[in-house]
Amino acid sequence: MNRENESAITLSRDVDEQQVRTMTRRSLLLGAVGIGAAAYAVRWIGTQETNNGVPWFLRRCLQMNEKLARSYFRGYHQAPEFDESLISERTNGDIGLSGDIDETTHVVRVVGLHDMTGAIKADDTTEPAIEINMARIKALPRRTIVTELKCIEGWSIVVKWTGARLIDLAEQLGPATISGNKPDVLNSAHDILPYVALETPDGTYYVGLDTQSALHPQTLLCYEMNNKPLADEHGAPVRLVIPVKYGVKHIKRIGVIRFTASRPKDYWAEQGYDWYAGL
Amino acid sequence: MPKLTPKHTLAIRWFHWINFPVLMLMIWSGLLIYWANDIYSIRFGSHQLIKLFPEWLYHPHELKNSDGDVVRSAYFHLDHRLALGMAWHFFLMWLFALNGAAYVLYTAISGEWRLLVPGRHTIAEAIQVVLHDLKIRKDPLPARKFNGAQQIAYTMVVLMGACSLITGAAIYKPTQIALLTTALGGYKTARFIHFWLTMGYVGFLVMHITQVVRAGWSNFAAMITGFEVSASSKGAGGASE
Repeated sequence: MNRENESAITLSRDVDEQQVRTMTRRSLLLGAVGIGAAAYAVRWIGTQETNNGVPWFLRRCLQMNEKLARSYFRGYHQAPEFDESLISERTNGDIGLSGDIDETTHVVRVVGLHDMTGAIKADDTTEPAIEINMARIKALPRRTIVTELKCIEGWSIVVKWTGARLIDLAEQLGPATISGNKPDVLNSAHDILPYVALETPDGTYYVGLDTQSALHPQTLLCYEMNNKPLADEHGAPVRLVIPVKYGVKHIKRIGVIRFTASRPKDYWAEQGYDWYAGL
Repeated sequence: MPKLTPKHTLAIRWFHWINFPVLMLMIWSGLLIYWANDIYSIRFGSHQLIKLFPEWLYHPHELKNSDGDVVRSAYFHLDHRLALGMAWHFFLMWLFALNGAAYVLYTAISGEWRLLVPGRHTIAEAIQVVLHDLKIRKDPLPARKFNGAQQIAYTMVVLMGACSLITGAAIYKPTQIALLTTALGGYKTARFIHFWLTMGYVGFLVMHITQVVRAGWSNFAAMITGFEVSASSKGAGGASE
């Protein structure tokens, strides 16, 4: 204990009672104003007009956090891998999975490529897209990772995922670029259109991703889970696995992949969640 | 003539009163998040004593209106608000971290840490303080700003704050800072520690408020005004929080 310091803090002085009363009153008044201001601020934030299900002030904060996260995001930062003995299974979420699906006829429609020659219009309501069947996805280099799926609800499980890297597909197809030049996914990824949108075939579930995360080396177009072909409830025939994001971004039954210049809509971001949802 | 004894500096008072509502709101928004996966409980062997949390806690203000419909208070509505909880939590975390860092920096530079950090005799003194408070011992408390029990409690709660930030970061960005998450024993363990630290704050708060009430108005007012007033010229001593 430092005696000098202690005596400095407890140094007393004589004052008259009137002075004490004034000082106390002034302080307590300031305190009361402070409580009022804090309560008002909290109420103000909470009652602001909502931006996709969350008060706009808080949405702005999420966006600022995103900006910060993206400034230090490094593609070589990988999600830890685990021993296969730790794997388990849990089913959560079936939006976009209604109706039967046939793996042999299923196609993933890819939009926003540099060269759209050969694009097909599925019907009157859709835009021309390059159709990729499952055989083509499975012909890409096969990758397996054992990572921890983190649900935004708070639970997490270790899962073994097998599939093709989205970056490998992108490299093969060549996404459209900002400059309009021929794409080079590996050497000038920053020139690729900044966002990727994915949708289920029926369009009822959709996620938006930053291209950086979508082309992360651990981002897979997954067709096998825990050593078995992907089950219907897990998004057969092909789902996204993206360990740099919460589970909500792991869209099941991919119908559309779109490289795009504008920020895509996102199912859960519309319900008040962070659009970025990066881990 | 009354004697005016300076007690808490202006900076300390600001740190304290900024931290209080921020921590309350962090606990509240944390509860909104925890609701979505409320897996912890207090167990004795394989027997569950208390589920954390019992259902009633999430909607204590469930009332019925004249038509018999359930109406919920907007303020105490803690279920189905995960998104809102996360949004608040990820805004307030900055205030909590900045205020906490400023406080630690201030106590380090001003030398006030010497009054707070426990020393060699702290534990023995803390035991005396507890015995005194339980009215087992009659000896007066040390006439210092913080006695041993307070030193332990206040140093502990600052360390808990730091641990909350560290475990919070580990579950906020478990890929970008995977090394930290792994060092803490993984995502699940970090979440577990983060949760129990919060329970620790609740425990601290109960004790702290009890002691503040016991110590009386003058001690409480000093946290706002900064000074304590005593009638005698012997100075303020005695129990203080």
